[in-house]
Amino acid sequence: MYTKIRSLSLLAGSWFLAMAVHAQDSAATKKVEMADRFRADGKIYVVVAVLTLILLGLILYVVRLDRKIGRLEKEIK
Amino acid sequence: MLRQNWWKILCVLLLVYVFIAGFLGGVPAKPILNETIRNLYFHVAMWFSMMIFFIVSVVYSIKYLRSNNHIFDIYALEYAKAGIVFGCLGVITGSLWAGFSWGAFWSNDPKQLGAVIALLIYFAYLVLRNSMTDIDKRARIGAVYNIFAFAMLFPTIWIIPRMVESLHPGGMGGNPAFKDIDPRMEVVFWPAVFGWSLLGVWITTLRIRLGLLSEKTIRKENR
Repeated sequence: MYTKIRSLSLLAGSWFLAMAVHAQDSAATKKVEMADRFRADGKIYVVVAVLTLILLGLILYVVRLDRKIGRLEKEIK
Repeated sequence: MLRQNWWKILCVLLLVYVFIAGFLGGVPAKPILNETIRNLYFHVAMWFSMMIFFIVSVVYSIKYLRSNNHIFDIYALEYAKAGIVFGCLGVITGSLWAGFSWGAFWSNDPKQLGAVIALLIYFAYLVLRNSMTDIDKRARIGAVYNIFAFAMLFPTIWIIPRMVESLHPGGMGGNPAFKDIDPRMEVVFWPAVFGWSLLGVWITTLRIRLGLLSEKTIRKENR
């Protein structure tokens, strides 16, 4: 009788443990994955620097085009 | 506006801010979207800019019809072209985004179809214009057609996609995503819309100035 109760309580205990682990598992999978590690490593700054440089390069191109058209306007006037 | 500089500086500042804050700023962690939610600052801003350019274009077309001033026709044409460029970028970026978030580059979503139909109608504006050699006739018919093309924007991109089930936010009578946009994203999104629009206006004014120049030289040669 005593061993039966012990084994039953052990079973119940392990079931609770299993449920707890399972709950943690699903909580972990429910967490939406974002690029947190990438940010923590500081690599995001590399991306930002590259994109900003490309943007500024294209803007510079447009500025020079703007100036060129301005010169043409003066000439033709 | 055409030859002033302050708003060009504003445009550069806004876009640099968007490129930095767009990647470093906080965004809500949402399943499926994950980090791609940042595309809002680029993909959606394209559509907002496109709408602004088409609105400006139709205003100039009406101005042309009221005054017969050929300069307004150049304005209307160049703003329509800018709208088409930004619209194409919107379709392409949207398709790329959908390929990785919805699992297919094209899924015949009502908003995708509506946007493409709207753009095709604007392509026809360019084709129609170039089918005529007489400058006045071209400008006049072009202006009338541009009003029709603008009217078609209402059902194709503003009404139908909101009435039916859609993969995009805001199907079934909703307001597309802007009810529950995260405040952290709002402070980047609206500057993005403004910055991209100003960049489009900038490039368009350059093209307008070129158009006016060629007009002048043609007139001088004819004299």
